[in-house]
Amino acid sequence: MLKRVHFPSSLLPYLLVAPQIAITLVFFIWPASQAVYQSFLIEDAFGLSTEFVWFENFELLFEDDIYLATFGRTIFFSAAVAILSMSMALILAGFADRVVRGATAYRTLLIWPYAVAPVLAGALWVFMFNPTLGIFPYILDFVGVDWNHYLNGNQAMALVVFASAWKQIAYNFLFYLAAMQSIPRSVIEAAAIDGAGPIRRFKDFIFPLVSPTTFFLLVINAVYAFFETFGIIHAVTQGGPANSTTILVYKVFNDGFVGLDLGGSAAQSVILMVLVIAMTVVQFRFVERRVQY
Amino acid sequence: MGVSKIALTCALATGLTAGAAWAETEIQWWHAMGGANGERVDKIAADFNASQSDYKIVPTYKGNYTETMTAAVAAFRAGEQPHLVQVFEVGTATMMAAKGAIYPVEQMMADAGEPFDKSDYLPAVISYYQTPEGELLSMPFNSSTPVMWYNADALEAAGVDVPETWDDVKTAAQALVDNGMECGLSFGWQSWVMIENFSAWHNMEMGTKENGFAGFDTEFVFNNDKVEARLDDIASMSEGNLFKYGGRRGDSLPLFTNGECGMWMNSSAYYGSMVEQAKFKFGQTMLPLDTSVADAPQNSIIGGATLWALAGHEAEEYKGLAKFMTYLSSAEVQAWWHQETGYVPITTAAYELSKEQGFYDKNPGTDTAIKQLSLNTPTPNSRGIRFGNFVQVRDVINEELEALWAGDKTAAEALDTAVERGNALLRKFERSVK
Repeated sequence: MLKRVHFPSSLLPYLLVAPQIAITLVFFIWPASQAVYQSFLIEDAFGLSTEFVWFENFELLFEDDIYLATFGRTIFFSAAVAILSMSMALILAGFADRVVRGATAYRTLLIWPYAVAPVLAGALWVFMFNPTLGIFPYILDFVGVDWNHYLNGNQAMALVVFASAWKQIAYNFLFYLAAMQSIPRSVIEAAAIDGAGPIRRFKDFIFPLVSPTTFFLLVINAVYAFFETFGIIHAVTQGGPANSTTILVYKVFNDGFVGLDLGGSAAQSVILMVLVIAMTVVQFRFVERRVQY
Repeated sequence: MGVSKIALTCALATGLTAGAAWAETEIQWWHAMGGANGERVDKIAADFNASQSDYKIVPTYKGNYTETMTAAVAAFRAGEQPHLVQVFEVGTATMMAAKGAIYPVEQMMADAGEPFDKSDYLPAVISYYQTPEGELLSMPFNSSTPVMWYNADALEAAGVDVPETWDDVKTAAQALVDNGMECGLSFGWQSWVMIENFSAWHNMEMGTKENGFAGFDTEFVFNNDKVEARLDDIASMSEGNLFKYGGRRGDSLPLFTNGECGMWMNSSAYYGSMVEQAKFKFGQTMLPLDTSVADAPQNSIIGGATLWALAGHEAEEYKGLAKFMTYLSSAEVQAWWHQETGYVPITTAAYELSKEQGFYDKNPGTDTAIKQLSLNTPTPNSRGIRFGNFVQVRDVINEELEALWAGDKTAAEALDTAVERGNALLRKFERSVK
């Protein structure tokens, strides 16, 4: 039989986790349950007349082609932002890792954009790409590109992808650099002695060895693209033109706070919540297994 | 909470030194006027506060129109609503449907015993905000109407007159482009200018049930041949840059003020920006007439915002609010506001006063908006519009028109889809307010 060691029960462990529990309850569980409840209602803006409709808000959403199109768009947007910002960060980190002199200055400069608030980042790009006043449309005009993201949905999408990816590069860079610096020098040196050039070393040694970081960043970037890019989209395109940059989270905001359709908006955020939970589970269950630690 | 605080202050004041301190009743006013207009709002409040000592108006800037309205709605749900909130015209149906939340202005004035004569106000301005029975629900504050702005220097250089019809507009646009301008025409707030006002200006209905005034069971009908033909024609003008789309709301303003486009249709309230930014001689004229639709224009409809009193405060506070409403619509305040901002004066007296002061002689064209609004007695088609969920409907119209300008859809396709999507939103609204 197993011998059990009995510790005197104490209040302390409960007290220690209590703040965390309280925060989760107040800032996650309670609002989330409110959203679920609200998604079953059709209500006027002031809350003066309320009708309980079960799943009708959800039915309406799934009959709405525009809402369904938002799904595909969000996946494209998130993939584009994640791939672009992670690959740029990986390249920059690869170079910064090799810099001998002035390394701190490089790193500081590369990390800087992370300190910029999303809305400000958006405003910067708005100025640079304003079709009438911006510097980039002026330059693009010389190579024959007529830039007008107010009208051209693809250009608008490209713009919000660039702005969102640019903002996230700094964060990804930081993690990649840390991961690269924790690779034992001896491994890289051994490869070099065996005749592997810088590109070969990067491809066959560094890249596989930072794969746990890649996996971690994939999750973080997906969540970033799903939610935190709201500020950038709001500042740059407000979801336009013709909905071409409206992603799921922006539609939640637009229907709820601009359109005052609280039930429909709540139903969307419930779907979003389910989606993110599912995505995280899938990533941890299936993608993580293929990562070499 | 406010009342008990005041009562306490009163008690303290009388207890300490009689007559030393009079407690003022504070009245909260949430508005959406940023920048220079925000300062003007502050001045109006400060002047009113200085004119008497019983009430104190406290203006608070709450962001743009949408944000202000959302803030007021959220505050009402939490029982913390302000006394007065500025709501843009497209929010009218939502506010009106919230019967327990609003305090109709006309009733408030009567309850407070404040003299109030509706006939002092410009009919085209207040008709937008009346019930079908004629009761005024909210107090017009900043009202404007779309006009056609033109670059007088450029038109003269191109050798064309100021356009009066859409045919003229096309001729002028061609002449401007031929004369080296980047583009001929652009406009902003396209749902308001090209659908809502185009319909009213040519006395066509935009939706059934008197544009929604006669009931929430209204349906959109703006996908008619006339609107379609006009929009198709404009889309065809994109070729050769006779027309250039410059984005929603006022985003296309730089196109005009930089001298790229020679004509721009948008709110008369851009007057202040024009004075500040345009480096050329500019003018404003009435919206062009589509001679294939009507022989003469009807009248245009207004945009802008009104002030809504929210329910749930003390009678004494509403008394102060009523006094403030009287002050706000006085000829002096209105004439000043009108001349500074380009918004139309809401009373006939303010219009007359501006005339007397010689404002229109010194600034020709500044009375275009008012002339347009009062061109004819408003008909059920030109009185205004009252559609629920209209903020979203405008987005739908924006989206569909953008697809048209981008060449992805024809006007018929774009308008049919807009009507279909818009009607779905109307039904949803009808249901939510039942």
